Amino acid sequence: MTPQPPSPCAVSARNLRKRFGALEVLKGISLDAHEGDVISILGASGSGKSTLLRCINMLEIPDDGDVVVAGETIALRNGRRGGREPVDRRQVDRMRMQIAMVFQSFNLWSHMTVVENVIEAPVHVQKRPRAEALREAEALLDKVGIADKRDAYPAHLSGGQQQRAAIARALAMHPRVMLFDEPTSALDPELVGEVLRVMRTLAGEGRTMLVVTHEMGFAREVSNRVVFLNQGVVEEEGTPADLFASPRSERLRQFLSSHLRA
Amino acid sequence: MDTPFIVETLKLLLAGVPLTLKLAFYSIAAGAVFAVLLALMRLSRNRALDYAARSYVFVFRGTPLLVQIFLIYYGLGQFPEIRQSFLWPFLREPYWCALLALTLNTAAYSSEIIRGGILSVPFGQIEAARACGMSRSLIFRRIIVPQGLIVALPAYGNEIILMTRSTALASVITLMEVTGIASKIISETFRAVEVFVCAGAIYLLLNFAISRAIALLERRLAPQRRGAKPGTGVPEPAR
Repeated sequence: MTPQPPSPCAVSARNLRKRFGALEVLKGISLDAHEGDVISILGASGSGKSTLLRCINMLEIPDDGDVVVAGETIALRNGRRGGREPVDRRQVDRMRMQIAMVFQSFNLWSHMTVVENVIEAPVHVQKRPRAEALREAEALLDKVGIADKRDAYPAHLSGGQQQRAAIARALAMHPRVMLFDEPTSALDPELVGEVLRVMRTLAGEGRTMLVVTHEMGFAREVSNRVVFLNQGVVEEEGTPADLFASPRSERLRQFLSSHLRA
Repeated sequence: MDTPFIVETLKLLLAGVPLTLKLAFYSIAAGAVFAVLLALMRLSRNRALDYAARSYVFVFRGTPLLVQIFLIYYGLGQFPEIRQSFLWPFLREPYWCALLALTLNTAAYSSEIIRGGILSVPFGQIEAARACGMSRSLIFRRIIVPQGLIVALPAYGNEIILMTRSTALASVITLMEVTGIASKIISETFRAVEVFVCAGAIYLLLNFAISRAIALLERRLAPQRRGAKPGTGVPEPAR
């Protein structure tokens, strides 16, 4: 056992590498998220930010490096068809229960109503009593502002409502960490605000969040750390105040000027 | 029109309905189980399983059911190994041969329908399920099956109806289901038109009931798509 640091690491990525064919998307990325951190991950498209997030909950298996969740390293081994694979799929499933993910395209289950989407994993994965899960789901839907849509199917909701339902679904797992993969990129501009408001509330509650985003306002005002990825490496990281006020690298300067202009 | 003859014929033919239904029901049920297996093999990352299923589908889709029935009924008995095996008491009977042929045949077609249903589930929804810590079997049961079924049902309904009609081929190996009885009546009376019209009417009635049942099932399974028509099925999202 290694001695615990003062603020425990909720999740940490150690020297992650991932390649897709000839393209190396992650070239050794390390990132620690402590309890209560809200980390915005910025970068141009193709810089590896989504892949980083997807490696953290093993939707992509990193070719090298480790992911440690609450002190427990996800065990990987070399697979038979090249690349790596989990040693124990159940360990990955257990870990995923602690790391909820919100996707760019919402990915609600279209054959279930909103409330059914929210209670699905608590009831069937975490085996919590249905009545309790339902009570909690209603409170969560109220919190994200779509209590009146509880019995609607996803196809009948606007994008903003779907994304808020997806956030409620993620919260229902009582996750230790929440991953947001460009949660507002698929939304019409007028619907972005309602989702960001919910995310601000969550950040204010001290939840640990990793957010891949193009919303510079959110990154600057809500997160306590910003990581700027460029071509598969961490180009710069620090507090939003430092990074936005005095970017050191030319890449970040360019990125910021093109994103803040709008 | 010779009404008494038609009534008499219908009575005789109706006696064959239980056997027709039995053949259809058991072959479809067993075929469905086998088809799911084949579909999973086709989707497996294991090359050998994939190719085994592919070849199976190729052979059973590519040859006439009639030929398959003949080969099983007349062909299998040629092998002493089979005649001496525990299977012989079954394979000696035309009933089991017909059932076997129908089952193997529908499994090939259905596996492709089921594969299509499975592939229709948007990958993002499967990823979302994985990201929640759902195991593979749970994802299959809770996310893939309910959605794939809805997509596969219209095509699978076709297959059920097709199979119900295909049971008529069992008559060529002496089975006295509806068509078998019809042939027998014709050979005794030489009144092919009336008899086959009666037989056709019975199949029509059976398939009417089946298509109603499938439509009902479709409505029950897909409340989110109730009354869906292309382009109008999903209401405009609320703003």
